[in-house]
Amino acid sequence: MTSLVRSPSGSAIGRVFEHRFMTYRRTFRASIFSSFLSPVLFLAAMGIGLGAYVQDPAALGGVPYLVFLAPGLLAATAMQSASFESMFPIIAGLEWSRIFHGMYATPISPRDIALGNLAWITARLLLICTIFTFVIVLFGAAESPLIVLAIPAAVLTGLAFAGPIAAFSATQRTPNKFTTIFRFGITPLFLFSGTFFPISSLPAALQALAWLTPLYHGVALTRGLSLGTAADDPLAMLFHVAFLSTFAIVGGYLTVRNIGRRLVRG
Amino acid sequence: MSDQPTSPLIHARGLTKRFGEFVAVDAVDFDVAAGESFGFLGPNGAGKTSTMRMIGCVSPISGGTLRVMGMDPERDGPQIRSRLGVVPQQDALDVELTVRENLIIYGRYFGLDRAEVSRRADELLEFAQLTERANDQVEPLSGGMKRRLTIARSLINEPKMLLLDEPTTGLDPQARHLLWDRLYRLKQQGVTLVLTTHYMDEAEQLCDRLVVMDKARIVAEGSPRDLIERYSTREVTELRFAPGEAESLDGRLDGIAERVENLPDRVLLYADDGEAAAVAVHERGLQPVSVLVRRSSLEDVFLRLTGRSLIE
Repeated sequence: MTSLVRSPSGSAIGRVFEHRFMTYRRTFRASIFSSFLSPVLFLAAMGIGLGAYVQDPAALGGVPYLVFLAPGLLAATAMQSASFESMFPIIAGLEWSRIFHGMYATPISPRDIALGNLAWITARLLLICTIFTFVIVLFGAAESPLIVLAIPAAVLTGLAFAGPIAAFSATQRTPNKFTTIFRFGITPLFLFSGTFFPISSLPAALQALAWLTPLYHGVALTRGLSLGTAADDPLAMLFHVAFLSTFAIVGGYLTVRNIGRRLVRG
Repeated sequence: MSDQPTSPLIHARGLTKRFGEFVAVDAVDFDVAAGESFGFLGPNGAGKTSTMRMIGCVSPISGGTLRVMGMDPERDGPQIRSRLGVVPQQDALDVELTVRENLIIYGRYFGLDRAEVSRRADELLEFAQLTERANDQVEPLSGGMKRRLTIARSLINEPKMLLLDEPTTGLDPQARHLLWDRLYRLKQQGVTLVLTTHYMDEAEQLCDRLVVMDKARIVAEGSPRDLIERYSTREVTELRFAPGEAESLDGRLDGIAERVENLPDRVLLYADDGEAAAVAVHERGLQPVSVLVRRSSLEDVFLRLTGRSLIE
């Protein structure tokens, strides 16, 4: 009975996480560097460079364009990273290298595999968002100490995408549809959900559409915290959190279900 | 628990697997005893892999009874899996990790601590003859090396029973023999081997006992020798005729052997004395292009039982 597993499921999730970390170690430095460089470039070019031409600060809540843009970009970056991380690694584990099938031949359950991967995505987001927030502060683009809370807010925004997308990826055999998701989902959201300009500039129908997407709520949340306006309307902030959490939790549940179905089918 | 030496490691009665309307495994019965090498022989699609996946507790049974090491896969899946070694049809190695790291992380799945898993990894690298490649990436390894790594990986939890799904499919002859040698050593150490194969020579080399599967059912069971004795003759004479000639034989081979089998490319004569059969063919004035007398094999058993070759 010595080889019997005594560890509870919690540590099984930890083993899956450990595997992802083991793979990540190889590209750790390059990854940290690009997580730092990317916000520096974006904030310099668009926040400072392009921002110099933005003449109507009143429409942006009376702050310079850089200050308006920075938290929006933080949320949008979380969305993009989360989407990417919940597409290719999931299909690779199920279809290409099939490492999830290898895991399932051990005491690890499909649920552990799904949750371990979501935990890993959360950790990646935490790292990316922390570095991004650090850069925002370096640029002097944070108006309030509440910016610290923009980190978990951005991570939550990412998870609102990671959950549903990972659930979708677990049903796919080829990455063909991933391009479509980026082209018709992620990129339009990136451009039109309030990251670069308030959605009040959009036609009414599109405003309603933007309101329905998680990124709008993520941007509103991180921006409220960065500008310090969150305290003025805590109920609205709570609603954003609830909206994002719903996507993350339902998506997470579907990810567990779909990865389970796929592994049992073989 | 039911760990007494008398109780079988695997006990299946009426074991069934359905995918919707399709019946992949149709009420099969078998037992596997500790220390035995047991094989599922059959063509692709016979239900071998589905059976293996049920034993490996990664696919729920649709009907019947299945006990693995005395436990119920439905209830004790993770516990059974913690004591099994599994070599799946596809290696499922992590190509982004090194050879050694693949062993380490796999040991971690079983909850082994780092020091222990590191010690076992070095031993298993030695066993799989991969010590020199320990710190190399997995991707450039040959098919045979990857397969040996997968077998090494399956041993990281020191299992008493190893499930091997087509362990040597796609390997060249030299790599197959090396692999058979490693599996034979495990068998000598008392590890119970359960394998599927569609290679006769593999079944003859490795299995003490086997079941022949065809179309989701078990059609015969026994040791390779038993099966040959029961379903074939001691020897087989293979005749090849010039194109067109085989069709015009009508009945001229009757009575020469116990049984005559007409295949698209050759005619098989089943006889206890193959030489005598060959002589009789010539006495009847027939001129085959080639004559080969060989010992009967499991291929002949399968042909007899199903009317088809194993690899089509």
